[in-house]
Amino acid sequence: MKYMLLIYGNEAGMLAASKETAAQMLAAYGAYTEAMKKAGVHVGSNRLRPTESGTTVRVANGKTEVLDGPYAETKEQLGGYYMIEVPDLDAALSWAARCPAASHGAVEVRPLWVM
Amino acid sequence: MSPIPPENDQPARAAAEAVARRSYGKLVAFLAARTRDVAGAEDALAEAFAAALVDWPASQIPASPEAWLLAVARRKMIDAARRRRSHEDAAGHLRLMQEELEAVAASQMQIPDDRLLLMFACAHPAIDPAIRAPMILQTVLGFDAATIASAFLVSPATMGQRLVRAKAKIRQAGIPFRLPERADLSERLAAVLGAIYAAFSEGWSDPAGTEFRRRNLAEEAIWLGRLVASLLPQEPEALGLLALMLHAEARRGARRNPQGEYVPLADQDPKLWSSPMIEEAETLLFRASRMDAIGRYQLEAAVQSAHVVRRLTGKTDWAAIERLYDALSGIIDSPVVAINRAIAIAQTRGPAAGLAALDALAADARLAEYQPYWAARAGLLARTGMREAAEEAYERAIGLEADPAVRDFLQQRRAQLCRQ
Repeated sequence: MKYMLLIYGNEAGMLAASKETAAQMLAAYGAYTEAMKKAGVHVGSNRLRPTESGTTVRVANGKTEVLDGPYAETKEQLGGYYMIEVPDLDAALSWAARCPAASHGAVEVRPLWVM
Repeated sequence: MSPIPPENDQPARAAAEAVARRSYGKLVAFLAARTRDVAGAEDALAEAFAAALVDWPASQIPASPEAWLLAVARRKMIDAARRRRSHEDAAGHLRLMQEELEAVAASQMQIPDDRLLLMFACAHPAIDPAIRAPMILQTVLGFDAATIASAFLVSPATMGQRLVRAKAKIRQAGIPFRLPERADLSERLAAVLGAIYAAFSEGWSDPAGTEFRRRNLAEEAIWLGRLVASLLPQEPEALGLLALMLHAEARRGARRNPQGEYVPLADQDPKLWSSPMIEEAETLLFRASRMDAIGRYQLEAAVQSAHVVRRLTGKTDWAAIERLYDALSGIIDSPVVAINRAIAIAQTRGPAAGLAALDALAADARLAEYQPYWAARAGLLARTGMREAAEEAYERAIGLEADPAVRDFLQQRRAQLCRQ
């Protein structure tokens, strides 16, 4: 089954981190991604630019509304994702637990809706 | 469907019902473990049982009713999958299942017992803890949503919706049907045991056994406990839970006098306790203790054991009970444990010491609504001669009690206090 691991964390805290901390974090993600690829479960992954770079679009009554900023203001923000292919939820959960974000933010595990 | 003549209907219905009772959970587990579709398995089996009632009287009851039912249910599941145009994954599972079924039929093998795997799926950490016990009762024992709802004091509609949602989660989130990894086993097993114990407690809360559904629930929980203990005989906590439930069930008959009045444990007649159940519990507990991994159910069962030793010695072993509650309070943070520990302290070191232990809990907000706390407090206050405070505590306990027999008992105690 394919699962999306959605990475939530405190963006402001991440951006304020020292150079060393940021480098260490990046290295941890690098190792994590590599481990997924070696295990043959990695389907895709990306980091997202901060929410301030986001733009939200809605069409109401035929009128397009474009707003600067993220869809919802939250304490922790979506910062990236991994898509993996594993046999079941337990396998997906153990990959989620290994994600560096799991120890300072949260990782939401969502199965893909196969059409 | 043509109506079945009533005279032919009876043996077929009886046979179908006998199979249903004996193997319903096994059949659901077999189908669900291969498709992850619990609701689909239940629906398909319901249709297979209906088909059996039509077919069996017309021809005869098949040599292996279980295999017959499974074959029909499997066809129904394939039909349903086609109607839903569900993805290839399900088709693959169903094909594998067909091969397995043919192997079972060809070799007269037993249908594999996947009920434990089904229980692990129902009690998976990704499932809402409140729905785990109800889902196990429904899928393994075939309880309907209305019965479960009445036992857990929820409306049938709400219970039905929650069960549907939880089953959908198993399928959509890909919750596996297999034994957890060794590293996770004890934590996952704790969730399964917790669900079984929740079912038992629901059944236990009707002490007179007057409400048939609940009484049944305690017995069914014991049945599940036996199943887990037999499938995982090396897990001491599985044995401990079974011992605990047997100990409690052994005293069911003694909890009310012939007038239906509540009899507290200390006043119960040991001759009314079930010796075979107590002995079975003691054997289980002994076996568990030799595995050298203590846990909450073993400790709680040991407390029961120290209570019922009175049937042999005439005396409750309060010193042991205090030690066991000490150990328990180190494992679980529960006001129930803390109150029982205070009651034991009152027995070993006097009511003032017990009261001091209760006072230490007063900050716990959960106790404001917890009847046993106020009843214990009232009893100890009365014993230390603090009559007014005791009356007040009895008043709180009476106001919080839902069981009329216990309420009457507390009112009697309060009245005795006033007469002194």
